[in-house]
Amino acid sequence: MPPFQVFLEEHRDRVFRFLVASVGPHDAEDCFQDTFISALRAYPRLRPDSKLSAWVLTIAHRKALDVHRARARHAIPVDELPERGVEDQPRDGEHGLWTSARDLPAKQREALLYRFAGDLPYADVAAAMGVSEDAARQSVSQGLKKLRKELVG
Amino acid sequence: MSELEKALRRDAVVADLDALTHRFAERAAGEGLLDIAYAELDSPLGRLVAASTDRGLVTLSYADSGVDPVLERLAAMISPRVLEAPARLDDVRREVDEYFEGRRHDFDLPIDWALVHGFTARILQATARIPFGEVSSYRGVAREAGNERAVRAAGNALGANPIPIVVPCHRVLRTGGALGGYTGGVERKKHLLALEGVLPR
Repeated sequence: MPPFQVFLEEHRDRVFRFLVASVGPHDAEDCFQDTFISALRAYPRLRPDSKLSAWVLTIAHRKALDVHRARARHAIPVDELPERGVEDQPRDGEHGLWTSARDLPAKQREALLYRFAGDLPYADVAAAMGVSEDAARQSVSQGLKKLRKELVG
Repeated sequence: MSELEKALRRDAVVADLDALTHRFAERAAGEGLLDIAYAELDSPLGRLVAASTDRGLVTLSYADSGVDPVLERLAAMISPRVLEAPARLDDVRREVDEYFEGRRHDFDLPIDWALVHGFTARILQATARIPFGEVSSYRGVAREAGNERAVRAAGNALGANPIPIVVPCHRVLRTGGALGGYTGGVERKKHLLALEGVLPR
């Protein structure tokens, strides 16, 4: 295995971009730490031929899902809506297009994240999702189509 | 690439990750996951890489070919859990600085001998006992290590010293006083011997 510092410097950019896209800048920092701690824990037992970029992003994705689940648990229903609209104020964790991507079906969103935030080639998107390369391409193109429709309204 | 694809890439921003990485190394140490901490040090003999385990200083290398070969060796021979954590090398940095400023003769750093074994380890441990300002010979350290005839093996062991300066292989000369070789180049050996008053400055 390469020294962890080398692995970290090679992939930290990719991981951070992925996490900002998935959970927003506010939670991305904690998620980043949790991702690399988990990676460091498992690292010495990893097979040397493992595809490290896909591997570390699957860990990041799991950490991001934990954040989404925690947010869902803590969402508090309110009786009265605030008078002012909240649309013009960024919500916690909001980040451009990726906020719109949050409502896509889970598989499509996951595929878009790996492909465009994680910058993985399709073969690695497929490996990270545990599906065929064709299936990965299909999820990406369906996700793009759906997102385009949403943005147009 | 479509505009939408470009926009998706653009909206996944990058931050300055150095501070994040630094905090990560400290957290890894706190959770007992940091097997080897390293730092780069400046010295009058050029850039050095120092690395420590829980047991002590495991290497202090001349970084002439950069840091990566040093890290790769540590990862292969001890553990791949190697992270840059300069605060963990503060004692090493301070003692090395004091040595080069002439304010320190003996290092008080615990040593981890994990990178050397057998006769090599015995040669280097014998070398570590040569006091500041004194010299020995290849034959002398071979004798100390328990095999006076293993002069060539002693030379090889000293050439493989992973902790030069602190384990003072520069204090070992040829019988008769010729300088002999030095892993970091003989100019460095001269510099160290001059610093210690063995050679004229």
